[in-house]
Amino acid sequence: MSQLSLFGLLGLVVRRDLILAMRRRSDVLTTLIFFVMVVSLFPMGVGPELDMLRKMAPGVVWVAALLASMLSLGRMFSADYLDGTLEQMMLVPQSLSMLVLGKILAHWMVSGLPLVLMAPVLGLQFDMSAESLWILIGGLLLGTPILSMIGAVGAALTLGLRGGGVLVSLLVLPLCIPVLIFGAGAVEAATSGMSVVSNMSLLGALLLMALVSTPWVTAQALRISME
Amino acid sequence: MAINWFKYSSPSTFYGLVGKLVPWFAWPSAILFAVGLYIGFFVAPTDVTQGEAYRIIFIHVPVSILSMFIYLVMAGYAALGLIFNTRLSSMMASALAPTGALFAFMSLWTGALWGKPMWGAWWVWDARLTSELVLLFLYLGFMALHAAIDDPRRADRAAALLAIVGSVNVPIIYFSVQWWNTLHQGSTVKFSGTSMHVDMQQAMFSVLAACWLYAIAVSLVRVRSIILERERNTQWVTELAEVKQ
Repeated sequence: MSQLSLFGLLGLVVRRDLILAMRRRSDVLTTLIFFVMVVSLFPMGVGPELDMLRKMAPGVVWVAALLASMLSLGRMFSADYLDGTLEQMMLVPQSLSMLVLGKILAHWMVSGLPLVLMAPVLGLQFDMSAESLWILIGGLLLGTPILSMIGAVGAALTLGLRGGGVLVSLLVLPLCIPVLIFGAGAVEAATSGMSVVSNMSLLGALLLMALVSTPWVTAQALRISME
Repeated sequence: MAINWFKYSSPSTFYGLVGKLVPWFAWPSAILFAVGLYIGFFVAPTDVTQGEAYRIIFIHVPVSILSMFIYLVMAGYAALGLIFNTRLSSMMASALAPTGALFAFMSLWTGALWGKPMWGAWWVWDARLTSELVLLFLYLGFMALHAAIDDPRRADRAAALLAIVGSVNVPIIYFSVQWWNTLHQGSTVKFSGTSMHVDMQQAMFSVLAACWLYAIAVSLVRVRSIILERERNTQWVTELAEVKQ
């Protein structure tokens, strides 16, 4: 068999994980429904005044996205770990970081991207203006991949542990706080008429930093968990 | 004569050394606490703008400095353990974590006590407060991950990785008051000199040194227990006088 290029490997892993996800569509839907439900709970909890809802909207959508991405983290490695696929993958003479990056990308496409596409509809529920909606989508588009990447580190560290689901939130949520602050901050800046460039740039910088470092850290974490 | 630098990197020799060292850190710490708090509460003059309430800084500033510093030391030991596979470094990292968490918690608590009379609120969502809270969460996450893994070797290495990843937060806390325009004031004590009254300086530096020595003493006592627990099946532990009884 011919040697795979790095990006060939990436494509292969993404395709495999997407096919697996499509065979179990209910998992994908559960995350999305959870996201919609959490966001919809807030108006019921705090009352339907539109002024207040408009102010809360970016924060609520971001927190819900954060929680929804936590919910699906358990699936990133655990199925492959349980049936032994992960062990085989680690034996492959290819870059483990690239393989992990492929899994992260697939995870984002399955759990992050649907949230980004769903967010405008939820924003309309909160009476957000068209301009802030665009900023919200842009922020989520930059931010949700970071959540998947940081989450991958947590998922790899807690692989196969008792109560791993709760533990992974405890490890990952504090590290995700900057994403939440800048993501929600961008929308707030837009609503109050200030420039969104600084918040968006910081989100972009976080994305690049995470893209460079987290696949490698996750690969190391997997090695620790699998030995 | 060549000195064997690595003699005390073995738990069995380190255990004995630490037992002798602990009083040398514990007693100066107690004395400095007494001196520093006495100067801080009785000798130092009342602040013009803040009144008597400012005196909490004699505890708040030292514990805040140490909460960040201990995290870096802990991450450093964890990294050493991860890279060189030295057992003792990982044990030191897990011995430091509870003390660091305690200091981070005290920093938030004393900050709240100071914030109520000064800012009129126990808590504000300002960059420095939030990132200090994240630091506390990171300590708790480190301990929770370590506790969740049964195999101590895997626990050490997984927690070490988490500690290293989390250490990006420490510079964020330290520089937050410069980067963001926050409610929390910048630091008064700088390497280039300070605008503080001499009595206040003496009080703060005494308490800082006291907390520092306390942290060393307590984590050394804790690392002794960890060594005993981990090495309980080895011969040198069963031959110890305090174990034989």
